[in-house]
Amino acid sequence: MSEPVALKLTAKDFKSDQEVRWCPGCGDYAILAAVQQFMPELNIPRENTVFVSGIGCSSRFPYYMNTYGMHSIHGRAPAIATGLSVSRPDLSVWVVTGDGDALSIGGNHLIHALRRNVNLKILLFNNRIYGLTKGQYSPTSEVGKITKSTPVGSADAPFNPISLALGAEATFVGRTIDSDRKHLQSVLRAAAEHQGSAFVEIYQNCNIFNDGAFDQLKEPATRDDFLIRLEHGQPITFGKDGQFCVVHPPGGFGLEVRETAGTPAEEIVVHDATVTDPAYAFALSRLPGLDLRNTPIGVFRSVTRPSYDSVVQEQVATAKAKVTETPEQQLAGLLSSGDTWTIL
Amino acid sequence: MTKQIRQLDRVVIRFAGDSGDGMQLTGDRFTSETAQLGNDISTLPNFPAEIRAPAGTLPGVSSFQVHFADYDILTPGDAPNVLVAMNPAALKANLAELPRGADIIVNTDEFTKRNLAKVGYTTSPLEDDSLAGYVVHPVALTSMTVGALAEHDVSKKDAERAKNMFALGLLSWMYSRPYESTLRFLERKFAARPELVAANIAAFRAGWNFGETTENFSVRYEVKPAKMVPGTYRNITGNAALSLGLVAAGVRSGLPVFLGAYPITPASDILHELSKHKRFGVVTMQAEDEIAAVGAALGASYGGSLGVTTTSGPGVALKSETISLAVALELPLVIVDVQRAGPSTGMPTKTEQADLNMALYGRHGEAPVAVIAPKSPADCFHAALEAARIALTYRTPVILLSDNYVANGSEPWLLPDVESLPDLRVEFATQPNGEDGTTFLPYLRDPETLARPWAIPGTPGLEHRIGGLEKADRTGDISYDPANHDFMVRTRAARIETIPVPDVEVEDPDGDARVLVLGWGSTYGPIGAACRGLRQRGLSIAQAHLRHLAPMPANLGAVLRSYDRVVIPEMNLGQLAHVIRARYLVDAIGYNQVRGLPFTAAELETMLEEVLKNV
Repeated sequence: MSEPVALKLTAKDFKSDQEVRWCPGCGDYAILAAVQQFMPELNIPRENTVFVSGIGCSSRFPYYMNTYGMHSIHGRAPAIATGLSVSRPDLSVWVVTGDGDALSIGGNHLIHALRRNVNLKILLFNNRIYGLTKGQYSPTSEVGKITKSTPVGSADAPFNPISLALGAEATFVGRTIDSDRKHLQSVLRAAAEHQGSAFVEIYQNCNIFNDGAFDQLKEPATRDDFLIRLEHGQPITFGKDGQFCVVHPPGGFGLEVRETAGTPAEEIVVHDATVTDPAYAFALSRLPGLDLRNTPIGVFRSVTRPSYDSVVQEQVATAKAKVTETPEQQLAGLLSSGDTWTIL
Repeated sequence: MTKQIRQLDRVVIRFAGDSGDGMQLTGDRFTSETAQLGNDISTLPNFPAEIRAPAGTLPGVSSFQVHFADYDILTPGDAPNVLVAMNPAALKANLAELPRGADIIVNTDEFTKRNLAKVGYTTSPLEDDSLAGYVVHPVALTSMTVGALAEHDVSKKDAERAKNMFALGLLSWMYSRPYESTLRFLERKFAARPELVAANIAAFRAGWNFGETTENFSVRYEVKPAKMVPGTYRNITGNAALSLGLVAAGVRSGLPVFLGAYPITPASDILHELSKHKRFGVVTMQAEDEIAAVGAALGASYGGSLGVTTTSGPGVALKSETISLAVALELPLVIVDVQRAGPSTGMPTKTEQADLNMALYGRHGEAPVAVIAPKSPADCFHAALEAARIALTYRTPVILLSDNYVANGSEPWLLPDVESLPDLRVEFATQPNGEDGTTFLPYLRDPETLARPWAIPGTPGLEHRIGGLEKADRTGDISYDPANHDFMVRTRAARIETIPVPDVEVEDPDGDARVLVLGWGSTYGPIGAACRGLRQRGLSIAQAHLRHLAPMPANLGAVLRSYDRVVIPEMNLGQLAHVIRARYLVDAIGYNQVRGLPFTAAELETMLEEVLKNV
């Protein structure tokens, strides 16, 4: 096989001629810029890339990408993208969605795309609020959230998107933050390389309706003490001075944060994204507290399982391989199969 | 003993039993034998939604009616001449529809006190005079089957289960059916268990021989082959024909067929059938729900497949939003609605035509789609091809309104020559279409079809974005411009309204009819049979049948206005009649029933005769 030709694309090639219409200061701008800058790296022709979205602020994303794209309907992007990806395995199909789109109205399609392991890269912009409908609480809003639709506080518990994706046995699960371009692109890179469903939660700031939702993870004063940067093969330590670490306490099901000082080095968990049992990554996903302390970012899980697309296409290819007739001959044979009789 | 042989021109047999008695299979086999003989046939299965309702109860009764004749017939028959009742429940459930003088073959073994009590018989109808008007043939079907299999290496349960083959053997003898295909069928069906092949064949032969020797049956019947158009035939159900039509559409368009479906009665058989045809490049996906099923189909269409979704009424309701998206995206999409009795879960295994309003109007915004309906089981093949043709040529969703009656009913199908099927090839856009030679305008239309270019991902230079937001004419950019929206809404309406569809044909052999019966979909058979009945009695009546419900044939208004009366029988409360009255200002008379069963020809004939009297 010959080496693929370098396409020499730039970020500019991925900018469409459409005026970007998010609110000034929206975190979506940073994500869009990061994605446009990252796409050339993949060396995939623009025409073979498709962005499919649902409804919500984030779902305007495809209009701004100079690739193929579909801005579909609320919650259904994973279903539509599944049909596209299964029937066109030659394409690189990306789904852009939000916390309301993916986890509320479209929750069913998300979990089923993940369990099937459809070859989709799913970017969930999580701002923990409904932006486009002007400020109602979302399925990732914290309990007691006061919004237009919950004047005395929301009564329902939120989803943890990472836990949910792992519950559906997603083969790739990652999290990143809108403001950290380098990290965002590193997770996108890993997601793009993954065969099968890659689920990436991106913490995104809605400066109009939920401003500062992730400030603790962004402010220089707090971020290093709050964020756990997962690195495959590395012991999980964090904090400004590496003063915290993650351990697996004997007898417990989950993981815990300890002070590094006083913890024997061999007790510190070494991150392994390839663990088959999703329980490990799930335990990681349960570390954050309500105040966002101990929030892991990076790749939680990256395991290999045949994608739905490849299995379906293989079944078709196997069936087709036995065929020696033209389609018309095959059809004539099919129509006249079973008990027939002839009238002269 | 020598049996008398009597010639008949037509017979209607109903096999009825418990849902575990294998009546559908028995009916199917009898139908296949009958087809081999060259009779014209029409069948009607009737079964409960429950897989196994409590044994021996009325809700558990399953039946299969087959009508065969030495001339061409249009319906499965209004009432049976022969009822095979495998138990008291089957007798009780079907007796009311049996005309006096009909033959009843009963399995006496099942007429126990307990079974009689289950269905509310205090005395056995075989012993009182409640069956006095009928010709009753009491046959100890179960015990004779078990007796015949005494030497076979099968369990008592398996021996008892073979009683349906005994019944089939007896009926096959009675009506002089060729049975080789049944023997071959049994060999195939039980290939893994040779002892069952032998037992079922022995049961079949025992039934045949019983007819031959018992004095209980003194007459044997013959129904000569019908005069049918020369050619090769097979017996086919509507769901099977529809599936083959979709495969054929894939072959004739050169596109892969992608079916997204969620299991639902009575449409699931289409999913089952299409999942067998991967060698044609057909991809089937059993989706997580109805919405995902249509979404995946639309996604596949976007990628250049022929996207199809199959469902019944409740599923169409769920798909509605996605169908509207397909209207906005202007992509091909075939939505098959095998209608069943509603609303809500309704009667899932019973037929109805009450989704017409939903097909025509059941979407938000001005979202017109094309709607077509097959008129008979075999016609489902051609209707599926026509749905695909419209979807592909005009880049639009098309709703194909089948129903449980045509879906599960069967009739002989004259196999078409593949080369004679419509050429459905399409051209994807490959080049920029803007005046500057470099721009691609995804909503620049073909002036003739008003279809926009189908530019599939993977085509260099034509990268573009589409979506549910209103689009500017030509460029497809998001647009909130008032005049543009008005223009686009009207254009989408015109796109459907101007699809050329064939003129509606009127059957008026006498040429002087003053009353027109207008139907659509599966009522074609009963309406046609009723019209024939009237004409045989010297009365004139005209029949027209709509395949295209949106758009409607251009000549329809003129046709309707040329009759003094227009009658519209429908298995709903007048949905087509409402459209006709609104569209053509014709004072159409509705005739409506929603019993979950097709019209009988007799009821339509009586109704039409009344109308004729009052013209």
